[in-house]
Amino acid sequence: MEVLKIATAGSVDDGKSTLIGRILYDTKSLTSDKLEAIEKTSKQKGYDYLDFSLATDGLVAEREQGITIDVAHIYFSTQTKSYIIADTPGHVEYTRNMVTGASTSQAAIILIDARKGVIEQTNRHFFINNLLRVKEVIVAINKMDLVDFSEDIYNKIKADFEILMQKRDYQDQNITFIPVSALKGDNVVHKSKNTPWYKGQTLLEHFELLDTEDVYNVGTPRFPVQYVIRPKTEEFHDFRGYAGKVYGGELSVGDEVVALPSQTKSKIKEIYLYDQSYQTASRRSSVTITLEDDINVSRGDMLVKVDDLPTIDKQFTATISWMDSQNLVTGNKYVLQHGVNKVLAKVDVIHHKIHPDYSGIEEHISALGMNDIASVTFKLNKSIFFDPFKNHRTNGSFILIDSQSNNTVGAGFIQ
Amino acid sequence: MTKDTSKVNPLENEAIYIIREVAAQFEKPVLLFSGGKDSITLVRLAQKAFYPAKIPFPLMHIDTGHNFPETIAFRDRLVKELGLELIVRNVQDSIDEGKVKEESGRYSSRNSLQTTTLLDAIEEFKFDACIGGARRDEEKARAKERIFSVRDDFGQWDEKNQRPELFDMLNGQIHLGQNVRVFPISNWTELDVWSYIEREHIEIPSIYFAHTRETFLRDGLIWSSDDEVVYRDENEVVEERLVRFRTVGDMSCTAAVLSDAADIASVVQEIRESTISERGARIDDKRSEAAMEKRKQQGYF
Ligand SMILES: Nc1nc2c(ncn2[C@@H]2O[C@H](COP(=O)(O)OP(=O)(O)O)[C@@H](O)[C@H]2O)c(=O)[nH]1
Ligand SMILES: [Mg+2]
Repeated sequence: MEVLKIATAGSVDDGKSTLIGRILYDTKSLTSDKLEAIEKTSKQKGYDYLDFSLATDGLVAEREQGITIDVAHIYFSTQTKSYIIADTPGHVEYTRNMVTGASTSQAAIILIDARKGVIEQTNRHFFINNLLRVKEVIVAINKMDLVDFSEDIYNKIKADFEILMQKRDYQDQNITFIPVSALKGDNVVHKSKNTPWYKGQTLLEHFELLDTEDVYNVGTPRFPVQYVIRPKTEEFHDFRGYAGKVYGGELSVGDEVVALPSQTKSKIKEIYLYDQSYQTASRRSSVTITLEDDINVSRGDMLVKVDDLPTIDKQFTATISWMDSQNLVTGNKYVLQHGVNKVLAKVDVIHHKIHPDYSGIEEHISALGMNDIASVTFKLNKSIFFDPFKNHRTNGSFILIDSQSNNTVGAGFIQ
Repeated sequence: MTKDTSKVNPLENEAIYIIREVAAQFEKPVLLFSGGKDSITLVRLAQKAFYPAKIPFPLMHIDTGHNFPETIAFRDRLVKELGLELIVRNVQDSIDEGKVKEESGRYSSRNSLQTTTLLDAIEEFKFDACIGGARRDEEKARAKERIFSVRDDFGQWDEKNQRPELFDMLNGQIHLGQNVRVFPISNWTELDVWSYIEREHIEIPSIYFAHTRETFLRDGLIWSSDDEVVYRDENEVVEERLVRFRTVGDMSCTAAVLSDAADIASVVQEIRESTISERGARIDDKRSEAAMEKRKQQGYF
């Protein structure tokens, strides 16, 4: 079955959790015991409606404060697809969670409160989904019930958003507008009688018709070696397989490949998945590859096609999203994890901070704080093999790890 | 030779990738094996990840002593057939050593006592990564869990301060004494697991299929009557029923469901149509809304 991962974005109280709860309810994905729990708690809180956000806010602190603090993953499926929706927190200080949610999603729902329209936060949500090159964006104009399902208000918000869209640099993004009421269920799963002027699809219809292959950004095939398989049994005495996941494009038996960094050439001999052998390894499949020649390849190395080399360099500039409470300062050193490869990286130059609301850049910066986004040049102790993020979502991204705390402190997108 | 791999389950690709990362990033990983369907699925995924080599880490079972005998028999057979290494640590030993105290009375269970035995075993073997079969759809505190979830020296989960996980990249760097709980099937639903078991013809213990069993009713749930292990009032009458188990934990905390699903196809069909969640049949979660979150903070699976 196809799997579609969707991230939600919106300010606090725009209705993200309610929308997800509504989708679960209308697709009959809430089991009776979960529904009972929601009914019970809604009643205890004195509500005269069902508070669907209770279906997703899983931590005690979240239920007490009535807000989403950490990303939750919600699952449901229809006849055609399995869906994974990330319910992300909406506070300004939680930008890092949004970047995280968007990084693993192929689609995003940006919620706008119809009473408030496009606000500064909306700019941020759009900016991040654009920065991370999320292919499908739904702009759900929510709480339409509170504005009498007014077509004028919907059109005004849409027009405001379209102005914002002119500022994006990822033009291939598909953007769709839908007027909804998460609380009442209009245009979420079922078509609304209250919006006769809206001729488009409901939120779920839209996702149902998406081809999941299309929402993955295509690039050239990259095969980072995760693990070398050497059984050393009698039956497989000389077997030497390279285990990993194929990104960007496909690889086939007979393809001429180069192993990086050694630049040794060989040909793909076999492609295995468990005990089956295949002619072609498709995008995103976890396989084991053997080569015609006995060359030296280890974890962190990469197999690529001979005529399709990535950039091999010890220095690059990237847009980074800083996620730690300790500042990033010029000269600082971090462990840089690029896929399954790890090197040491030094912050060479912080060029400028980028305001994630499209309000411009800020130069002469010496430090980055939590939730800052900036353009930074790094110097590495060893070369890595990368593509620009705009050409390759996987091979153009990395994370930064603080070697003292071991925490993941930042994410980067190579320019 | 089959043409291409595009029809392979995307969830399977993800799980295999995660399991390989564990083998590559850690010194002493272990697969926590309960004998339930999720951990049996993990074993198959691990086999796939390293074929034609053997799984490069052992399995470990924290045995409460209250398991269904069918599960234990199944466990031993699986390990033997696949030539795997199995470590067993017993909750009974932790009780005998006075480290934990057995609960008594109507809702008594050894389920939460497992945590101490588990943490001791992690320390004993210096395991730095424990692979588990938890899924985010099981329970809402689990929905918040990372794929690589760091536990401190006391095995505790700091749910409000978790590492961000971006793209496919898994950060397994830890300090000495810490360990990582790894959940390769985080993104699978109960139905995904059952469909996979069906498609892959994976063997599972017989108690997952309909059988007649001596049972009694309590709080609307059906309990296996085994007076050694499961507390029962005099007025709780034992009756024979046609049942199966949807989830397999301890006898004292896992309720059966009425079912005539005798083979895997009918089980998959039953799950598809089911209106109650898997954990609805587990009394350990019903204790309070925050039950799972609390147990996880203390180091539970
Ligand atoms: N009237 C109305 N209220 C809504 C709608 N969607 C959400 N709400 C309410 O807005 C509040 C915040 O919703 P919640 O889902 O927690 O927002 P989140 O912070 O984005 O997750 C709750 O009181 C909801 O009941 C809607 O479509 N119409
Ligand atoms: Mg929320």
